[in-house]
Amino acid sequence: MTVETRTKPISTSLTAGKLPRWTTPALLAGALVVCTVLLGPENFAGGIALGAVVYLIGIVTLSGIVEGRRKATDRFVTSLVVAAFLIATIPLVSVSWTALSLGLPRLDVAFFTQSMAGIIGEGGGALHAIVGTLLITLAATLISVPIGLMTSIYLVEYGRGPLARAITFFVDVMTGIPSIVAGLFAYSLFSMVFGSGHRSGISGAVALSVLMIPVVVRSSEEMLRIVPNELREASYALGVPKWLTIVKVVLPTSIAGIMTGIVLAIARVIGETAPLLLTAGYIANMNYNLFDGRMTTLPLFVFTTYKNSGGTDVADLDRAWTGALVLILIVLALNLIARLIARYFAPKKPGR
Amino acid sequence: MTSTTQAAEASSPPATSLQGKPRPGDRNFAATALGAGIFILVILAAVTAFLLIQGVPGMLADPADAPTTLGQSANFWDYVWPLAFGTIWASILALLFAVPLSIGIALFISHYAHRSLASVLGYIIDLLAAVPSVVYGLWGSTVFAKAVVPIYAWLNANLGWIPLFGGQVSVTGRTILTAAMVLAVMVLPIITAICREVFLQTPKLHEEAALALGATRWEMIRMAVLPFARPGIISGAMLGLGRALGETMAVAMVLSATGVVTIQLLTSTNPSTIPANIALKFGEAGYGLNVNVLIGTGLVLFVVTFGVNALARWIVSRRSEFSGAN
Repeated sequence: MTVETRTKPISTSLTAGKLPRWTTPALLAGALVVCTVLLGPENFAGGIALGAVVYLIGIVTLSGIVEGRRKATDRFVTSLVVAAFLIATIPLVSVSWTALSLGLPRLDVAFFTQSMAGIIGEGGGALHAIVGTLLITLAATLISVPIGLMTSIYLVEYGRGPLARAITFFVDVMTGIPSIVAGLFAYSLFSMVFGSGHRSGISGAVALSVLMIPVVVRSSEEMLRIVPNELREASYALGVPKWLTIVKVVLPTSIAGIMTGIVLAIARVIGETAPLLLTAGYIANMNYNLFDGRMTTLPLFVFTTYKNSGGTDVADLDRAWTGALVLILIVLALNLIARLIARYFAPKKPGR
Repeated sequence: MTSTTQAAEASSPPATSLQGKPRPGDRNFAATALGAGIFILVILAAVTAFLLIQGVPGMLADPADAPTTLGQSANFWDYVWPLAFGTIWASILALLFAVPLSIGIALFISHYAHRSLASVLGYIIDLLAAVPSVVYGLWGSTVFAKAVVPIYAWLNANLGWIPLFGGQVSVTGRTILTAAMVLAVMVLPIITAICREVFLQTPKLHEEAALALGATRWEMIRMAVLPFARPGIISGAMLGLGRALGETMAVAMVLSATGVVTIQLLTSTNPSTIPANIALKFGEAGYGLNVNVLIGTGLVLFVVTFGVNALARWIVSRRSEFSGAN
């Protein structure tokens, strides 16, 4: 056996065969600066994109030479994964920026105190739409929460066998009903009872309930399932009837989670447009009566003013963007409230 | 317990049943819960029934009776075919963008980002789902469509020999490709949420074993995470497809549709989609069988989304507890 002579000297450093840590930031910054300068300020987005591509090619080549093929592939995928996340934030940033910059000019007192009755050109507000949104969403919540909550109680506390499985399956199916189909259902139902072309706030609320019930069922079900069985058993052992155990022990324990789920469900349906377009319609005047006549909601207000603008009328477009901004703020506020409920009303963890 | 009952129990033979005395409260409560569960089944049956009652006359309608909808078509199926094509085409394009991005984002959150950052990043992606569809429609038609016009012009000029990019390029940018990209943004959060969930469920031992054998992070993901997560990714994509098929406002506001069947992505003549068509035509279709025709198209949409969702649920139910609602 002969001893092979090494052609390469043995490196004693642990970091040998690796790119130094500063390579990545330095190469990225260099590529971005060079490409944005090269393409000029009027083509800033193109410069960033080109810079990213140049960086990708650069780091893969460098890594391939210094670190080998496997490590180069790893760096390539890492760059792609980070890029995917950054790409996903672009629409979020763009939507929020546009809504803020175009929506703020009309975010004035008139927007919250006036309706669109008799408004031509500038001015006017969305009070009728805000009132309509509140009323219809409230009605939908009043319909959905009892049904949804009782169903989840059935599934968790009582349901066994094929019926419970069927309900679980069909709740999942209901989650996937397209919102416009829910609108068509409510329209068909009400126009068969009250005559063709029926429009009212309550029919909108029924359409929204179809979308809201499955969300409430799923979230409540999950919350009820994590209530420890020891609590139920302790209650039974004390001779408490099953229904009082549910009402006095299980529900209070899980109420924070259930409330969070309900608020998130409200946040989800409050932005629905399509079903309300078919059921509640649009009207420029105030309407406080859910059971009589058309009722405007905020998403419909945004859609209608946008459509009226024809893409050019500035007064209408401003109103549409302010409506969109208010809508986003409402949804964000609801999400925040849901998180706060979950945090502050959660049952105290047992000190184990 | 009083002494008389104790005496009675002691003297009587042992109880044969442990069943207690039924309490009216218990019975009523159980019945209410059961009733709510059954009511959900009734609602779903009612949705199907009312769509059938109102939709079937539209499906069988003579074009002369429904001029504003069927005016140009020989019959209902002739009318619904381009719409169904547009719905599926736009949704598939949306998935082509959304699925790779979602997998990337989910991997970033589950395996690349620092642990303390991960929940914040997940929340940012969830914010995308919180934006109402009408806002995406407004943004897509006024901001995004304008921004992509130069890219479309470049694609058309340089890659126009590919049929997808051929034809007369749109000057407004409100094409099916734009609508599909807006749809992709809207279905991203749901696919990402499900992918993230399955990626995090990968057995830690598999990952550590791969790393201990000297695999790089990507090799670990390719060998341990992705094979484990494949059913989850598929069902996430299917749920996203279901969402994209039914999405209305974003398409209705972004797309300038002419109702043709074409695979050209960049022109101003685009196929419409079923939900967008219902939303846009419903106001003017207020007489005769027109509304029934639209409800008939809604029934077609309902059947298609039902099939897609049921398939997704079936795939996912073989694995674990996921749902679009949580």
